[in-house]
Amino acid sequence: MSDHKEIDQATGTDTTGHEWDGIKELNTPLPRWWLWTFYGTVIWAFAYMVAYPAWPMLTEATAGVLGYSSRGEVAEEIDRFRAMNAPLDEGIVNAELTEIAAHPELGPYAINGGAAVFRTYCAQCHGSGAAGAKGYPNLLDDDWLWGGDIEAIHTTIAHGIRNEQDPDARFSEMPAFDDQLSDEEIAAVVQHVLSLSGAEHDAAAATAGAEVFADNCAACHGDGGEGNIDLGAPTLSDAIWLYGGSPETIEETVRYSRAGVMPPWTGRLTEAQIRQVAVYVHGLGGGE
Amino acid sequence: MQDGLKLGVLAFIATFAAIGANFAHDVAYQVHALIILAISIGMFVWVLRGIGGAKPAPETGYMDGVVRYGVVATALWGVVGFLAGVYIAFQLAFPALNLGLEWTTFGRLRPLHTSAVIFAFGGNALLATSFYVVQRTSAARLWGGDLAWFVFWGYQLFIVLAATGYVLGATQSKEYAEPEWYVDIWLTIVWVAYLAVFLGTIMRRKEPHIYVANWFYLAFIVTIAMLHIVNNLSLPVSVFGSKSVQVFAGVQDALTQWWYGHNAVGFFLTAGFLGMMYYFVPKQAGRPVYSYKLSIIHFWAVIFLYIWAGPHHLHYTALPDWAQTLGMVFSIMLWMPSWGGMINGLMTLQGAWDKLRTDPVLRMMVTAVGFYGMATFEGPVMSIKAVNSLSHYTDWTIGHVHSGALGWNGMITFGALYFLVPRLWNREALYSLRAVSWHFWLATVGIVLYASSMWVTGIMEGLMWREVDSQGFLVNAFADTVAAKFPMYVVRGLGGVLYLTGAMIMCWNLWMTVARGEAKRAAPAAAAIPAE
Repeated sequence: MSDHKEIDQATGTDTTGHEWDGIKELNTPLPRWWLWTFYGTVIWAFAYMVAYPAWPMLTEATAGVLGYSSRGEVAEEIDRFRAMNAPLDEGIVNAELTEIAAHPELGPYAINGGAAVFRTYCAQCHGSGAAGAKGYPNLLDDDWLWGGDIEAIHTTIAHGIRNEQDPDARFSEMPAFDDQLSDEEIAAVVQHVLSLSGAEHDAAAATAGAEVFADNCAACHGDGGEGNIDLGAPTLSDAIWLYGGSPETIEETVRYSRAGVMPPWTGRLTEAQIRQVAVYVHGLGGGE
Repeated sequence: MQDGLKLGVLAFIATFAAIGANFAHDVAYQVHALIILAISIGMFVWVLRGIGGAKPAPETGYMDGVVRYGVVATALWGVVGFLAGVYIAFQLAFPALNLGLEWTTFGRLRPLHTSAVIFAFGGNALLATSFYVVQRTSAARLWGGDLAWFVFWGYQLFIVLAATGYVLGATQSKEYAEPEWYVDIWLTIVWVAYLAVFLGTIMRRKEPHIYVANWFYLAFIVTIAMLHIVNNLSLPVSVFGSKSVQVFAGVQDALTQWWYGHNAVGFFLTAGFLGMMYYFVPKQAGRPVYSYKLSIIHFWAVIFLYIWAGPHHLHYTALPDWAQTLGMVFSIMLWMPSWGGMINGLMTLQGAWDKLRTDPVLRMMVTAVGFYGMATFEGPVMSIKAVNSLSHYTDWTIGHVHSGALGWNGMITFGALYFLVPRLWNREALYSLRAVSWHFWLATVGIVLYASSMWVTGIMEGLMWREVDSQGFLVNAFADTVAAKFPMYVVRGLGGVLYLTGAMIMCWNLWMTVARGEAKRAAPAAAAIPAE
């Protein structure tokens, strides 16, 4: 602790005369460039606060001389595209659903817009390539639960499936057979279901399961498991499975049933957007 | 008498912990109650066995035992935190590493990583160095007797409770403030004790002035206490459960959280570590601090400006425009005050630049200051709304944070550890300077890989998110942007592996310094005798 100033040999600068554990301090003045840049940022800050919303007052903040607002900026951009696309959107809403895709102007626009809607709202469940996932149907094939023509697809998107928000949602309910059938009956009907699509199965059990199937399943799924799009009953005679086609998964489905949900999009999307995405999905490959 | 009181308190805690474990509503609370039960029983037995034994004579001189423990804890928690970081980095590249278990998902391990590196590694570094520095620069022994030991062990308990809580699913979902209410209360108690020890030591100092490092440490301790308490105001749902409900809601909660979050960076990772820089850089370089005036001006400017900058984390959200503006302009004004610390750090080497060729420890510290300068320039740039509209929510932010955390906080801490270990264990020198050089290069290359890969993915995904076609339709699905980032995620993970490897070399080197190093020949000079 020496409280006397000295001159530092290497720099020729005074020290302040303070010392702590051998550490001294030079009395170097503030670097000019540092100080002026600091002043510059302060001046810029005040200029910015004059130009943009900045100071909170009693009821609202100062608006700034540029009249900027971040909500206003977004709204402006959205309005610009809306105005630009308004004639096309109107055309899509007024056209027959079946005629949109082939229309020279509306067709490409609908597919483009539908793809954007799909990426934003549908891809989370159906996948960005629309190939689906366990419990979420693949939209690329021609196996449709509720119908694959453009009108049916449009209805599904507009109202959704098994949701509580939309009274027009598509609705069906497979019973859980866990306490309606015995373990032997369930085991047999699983083998029968496997046999319908030609999967590997126990022939004797499948034959025994045929009667269980006819009594409990055929009403919706059809005698040969061909399914029924009016009831949303999946086809069981093909190799496409929504939840999986292994004996264990089929048994789980029979015992506890399945009830996938899709939200209604009316209200969240405009009619033009719903029609666009319907056209897009219809055009993916499986549309009828 | 005193032992009797201790036993009574420990018995009370053990009883309450046993009741808590019995009635716990959730697993995290139950495990925490059992941990506290075990610790309090262990301490009860320990106190009981000590009764009647001869009390050791009160020690004089500097209290370095707790600093030694702090150094070991810093190094060990560092490796744990870096390892967790490397693991979650690879989880993002290879999701199978989530292992399909709730305890090992990214969502639970990510706060484990951030808390381990910020609070366990960084926090212990700050505790250890502040206790070392405040004694040397005040020429006084730590105030409060064993209170410093309480601070150290109490802080370790906080870390264990926080970490186990995350893995078991107890979180209040506030970034960097995830621990639930009782862990917050415990940290508050520990922190007040920390403040008492630090302030008490400064008050009994023998030097006429308070050294600049201690201003920064004190600003860090005081402000963190304030931030911690306000941001964690919440009501527990039950005294026997970990869940609590925040007092603030909606955008008020968001603003409080980012007032806290940004100043955790400002006061924990900046002010506290500047305290380290102001002691260890001049000591290692053997040079006076460049400018006393600059240290005063930039200290007060940083303290005043930082506290307002939090709203820049909420650009283009429900936060009103005026608050966004203020967050942004204060961040811009913060640029030069932050750089004041860099100038003072770098220019302290005036007349000693040649040491950079021969001293890898000094090289590490100077590189840290360089990364500090880079991060405190990048920060204001990213706070500009036009830049933020591209960078926000992207990996650019992650890259920014890591060039600051790995480059500045990590490197300055490594430098301080290399400085402290030979002195604390009375060794002539570090075991291997070559190993320090290896550590330096591994860490530097690791940071470069990390930061540059995150700049690339960050800017890429920002551009992909906002890309619209001529009709105004979005071009990319979110999943497309995730898929596009894969190669950069692998590069980032490799950067982390290099950084982790460097830290493990450091641990080995420090271990060998203590275990094999030559004892210092001359007795330590009694330059400053601490007051008692």
